[in-house]
Amino acid sequence: MTGFLFAIMTAVFFPGVIIRVKSVLSGRKGPGILQPWYNIVLLLRKNSVLSTTSGMVFRVAPAIYLGTVLCAMALLPFPGRPSFFGLTGDFILLAFLLALGKFMFILGALDTGSSFEGMGANREALYSLLAEPAFFILFGTLALLTGHGSLQEIFNNLPLNGNNALIIGFIAVYLLVQITMIENSRMPVDDPKTHLELTMVHEVMILDHSGFDLALIQIGTVLKFSLYGGLIANFLVPASMSFLFQAGLFFAIQAGFAALIGFLESFRARKKMAKNPQFIVILITFKMIR
Amino acid sequence: MVQSLFLVPVILSFFILITPSRMRFYYVLALVTFIAVLSSIPACLVLFSHRAPITWNLTEIPLGSLRITIDGISSFFILVMNFAMLSGVLYSRGYLDPYARTKSPAQFALHYFSYTWLYLSMLGVLILRDGLPFLIAWELMAVSSFMLILFEAEKRDTLKTAVNYLVQMHIGLVLLVIAFLLCEADTGKMSFDALALYFSRHSNTGLFFLFFAGFAMKAGFIPFHTWLPTAHPAAPSHISALMSGVMIKMGIYGILRVLTSVQTGFYTIGVIILAVSLASGLAAIMMAIVRHDMKRILAYSSIENIGIIGTGIGLGTMGLGMHSPALVLLGFAGAFLHILNHSLFKSLLFLSTGSVYKAYHTRDIEELGGIVHKMPKTALAFLTGAMAISGLPPLNGFISEFLIYLGLISGLSAGNVYTSVILMLAIIALSLVGGLAIFCFTRLFGIVFLGVPRKEVHQEIKEADPGMLFPQYLLMFAILAIGLFPIAFFIPVAGMVSTVFHTAFITDMASTGIVLSKIAWVNILLVILVGLIYFLRQSVLNNRTVEYGPTWGCGYTAGTPRQQYTGTSYANNFAELAQPVLNTHDDFVPIREEEIFPAKRMFRNLPADAIKGVVGRLTDLSMTALKKLARLQTGNIQHYILYAFLFILGVFILLYLKLI
Repeated sequence: MTGFLFAIMTAVFFPGVIIRVKSVLSGRKGPGILQPWYNIVLLLRKNSVLSTTSGMVFRVAPAIYLGTVLCAMALLPFPGRPSFFGLTGDFILLAFLLALGKFMFILGALDTGSSFEGMGANREALYSLLAEPAFFILFGTLALLTGHGSLQEIFNNLPLNGNNALIIGFIAVYLLVQITMIENSRMPVDDPKTHLELTMVHEVMILDHSGFDLALIQIGTVLKFSLYGGLIANFLVPASMSFLFQAGLFFAIQAGFAALIGFLESFRARKKMAKNPQFIVILITFKMIR
Repeated sequence: MVQSLFLVPVILSFFILITPSRMRFYYVLALVTFIAVLSSIPACLVLFSHRAPITWNLTEIPLGSLRITIDGISSFFILVMNFAMLSGVLYSRGYLDPYARTKSPAQFALHYFSYTWLYLSMLGVLILRDGLPFLIAWELMAVSSFMLILFEAEKRDTLKTAVNYLVQMHIGLVLLVIAFLLCEADTGKMSFDALALYFSRHSNTGLFFLFFAGFAMKAGFIPFHTWLPTAHPAAPSHISALMSGVMIKMGIYGILRVLTSVQTGFYTIGVIILAVSLASGLAAIMMAIVRHDMKRILAYSSIENIGIIGTGIGLGTMGLGMHSPALVLLGFAGAFLHILNHSLFKSLLFLSTGSVYKAYHTRDIEELGGIVHKMPKTALAFLTGAMAISGLPPLNGFISEFLIYLGLISGLSAGNVYTSVILMLAIIALSLVGGLAIFCFTRLFGIVFLGVPRKEVHQEIKEADPGMLFPQYLLMFAILAIGLFPIAFFIPVAGMVSTVFHTAFITDMASTGIVLSKIAWVNILLVILVGLIYFLRQSVLNNRTVEYGPTWGCGYTAGTPRQQYTGTSYANNFAELAQPVLNTHDDFVPIREEEIFPAKRMFRNLPADAIKGVVGRLTDLSMTALKKLARLQTGNIQHYILYAFLFILGVFILLYLKLI
């Protein structure tokens, strides 16, 4: 349960930090840390415009998307403490819950009958199908190393001594960061700030959502980010520390992670669309070498 | 008393041919229900109270005696089949209705007669243990399904497909006959029970894989799958549902039945089954993505699901070899549950596809679109099936796939390094299959049911009638029930696996039970959460002004339905990525430079079954060889006498040299 609450708390400042870091690095002052949430609240209060082409699927998709992300967050442990549902193989459940969200999200985009959104849907489907094995290999290897099958036990029993541990830790964190970037449609694969429909992936899929629906999706996206951030923090925060230290370290890592994303996005060019599959496949092979 | 009960359905089935056409459907429905009830009683007894197998010896029948045994595996398959058979017959009425104008009552009678006999023969396959009766039932199953495919025999393609199907089934039959004969030559008996004796004396892998090849022909493992993607689309929809949902599982049944007799070599057998299954799964779902015919996509996805079932079986078999009860439990329970699940969601998908076909007269996804507005209930049924088949929570497909994943992960550290590597590769392959399934079914549902129609339809489109929707509701209910209450289905299956494979795993069963009940809670939580959020959205929007407008067109307002994303364009980026495997090619004439006013053009992406090509090359080679041999057939009587003379001479010389 602690993990869930901490991830929610992280979500409050997470997107703000990313935007702030990006602004500062590009020489602007940038909005306040809470600005993304003000935007969401604004959206929640706005009226909606719905496409006449769209039907039921379009209307339920945001609710299902947010629901799956919340459910997946309930599976997030906190270092040394079990998650709300501490079950063996919970990372499989987590991956499939997020997949359900993506499934409905893709269908919601296709429901509008727009070719832009079809394009985005199709790209999203391809990238997530390529990124899914990466996630499974990562946690499969960790399960093999620790001999345990649930997230909490895996994180508790990580080998902490020796050179191997350092290498494993480094590679695992690197990969987790990259998977997070792909799954959340961030820079090397997708650019959240792009202005042309043809080059968008995630953004183009929400073109027709407005008002409350759009807010639901944005909340879901922010929470999903902090969910992955929580996984990374779980990986790095030792289980044996006192709770206060852990909490401090947890937030520090999250803030650092958000800053890292802002940093990466400022200095990293977005890849050519056609190169994206290659990039993801390279990640997978990298993991297999390990 | 009991003995005569077995004959009653057989005799009653012949009355289908003489019942008046008004009454025929009800008669068949009653008969199928009767058989279902009759067979469910012993099956439930064996499965739910974990009794010893029930055996009857039928002595007073024309051809000597017949031994019938119903054990755990048979009961499980019988129950799965009964549900599918009932939903199929319920659906058939509405689906076959338009054919009443073009088909004679005799053809309908023959269709329902074959339907009943497909049912009876599959029951026979499941309860007969002796070689010859089993093979007769197996053959009856092939013939009756052949008759069912032939319903639209006036179409040339259907005829060709059906004959192709019949021929391939007989290649499988030959392999099975050879396997049984090998067993008889050694043990003097031709039955599944004698196999244990054979296996205890000889190396196990050879004969097992002979059986495996024979049964794989039915199950559709690649490279034995070539009949499947053509036969499913050719048959009427409720028949496709049965063939995919139940009949190909008879191949799985056969493999499992032989597996129970195997004595040694489990590890090797398991690894090979695992490899073949995952290769089948991956190749099939990749080929499904680039197809354009709804039913053909579903047929390929059947092969993929057979691959997932096979993965579970392979894992369980490896577990038998490694003496790891957890792997046996998770592998086999996952496989059995996936058999049940696949029969449910694949039936549902085929039935709803049938409704679309009935309304639109086409299954080409490039001509469909926007059906969700015209047939919302059918669309909901298809969506449920698509979500379940992609293995998404909270539906049933997730439960069985989760068990298999859990088995693979707990097996990672259970054996030596090689096991870890094999299972790690299996996890990668299975997760790729999962991702590809999501790609495939978002494409299928999204293109066919969402957006706007890609082609004008002139007939009036109506929602499928209640008679056709009712079985689909039943299937949807079962799919959701397994997803939300998996434990109720896991316990009997696990108990059955324990008895059949002589493995005790009480602690593993308890821990898996806990995991499943937690998953059930997550699923229930998910349903409640989504319901709450959606309710919140509705109540908020009710107080607001909601405007309606066209879809965002980036400033371009004259868009036509033809500009929508199509099935081909959706699959395009994947098809390019997988080009080396898929071997697709474009049918398109590029615009030449001197063409100032380009003529109208068509673009089509034509997929090819790469493996079918290899098989085709083999048959071509053998055909050329046989054609050369055919020169011997001159039609000249003198030549034939010469052959006979040469033959006798040859025998004489060989005898003289004491070579024979």
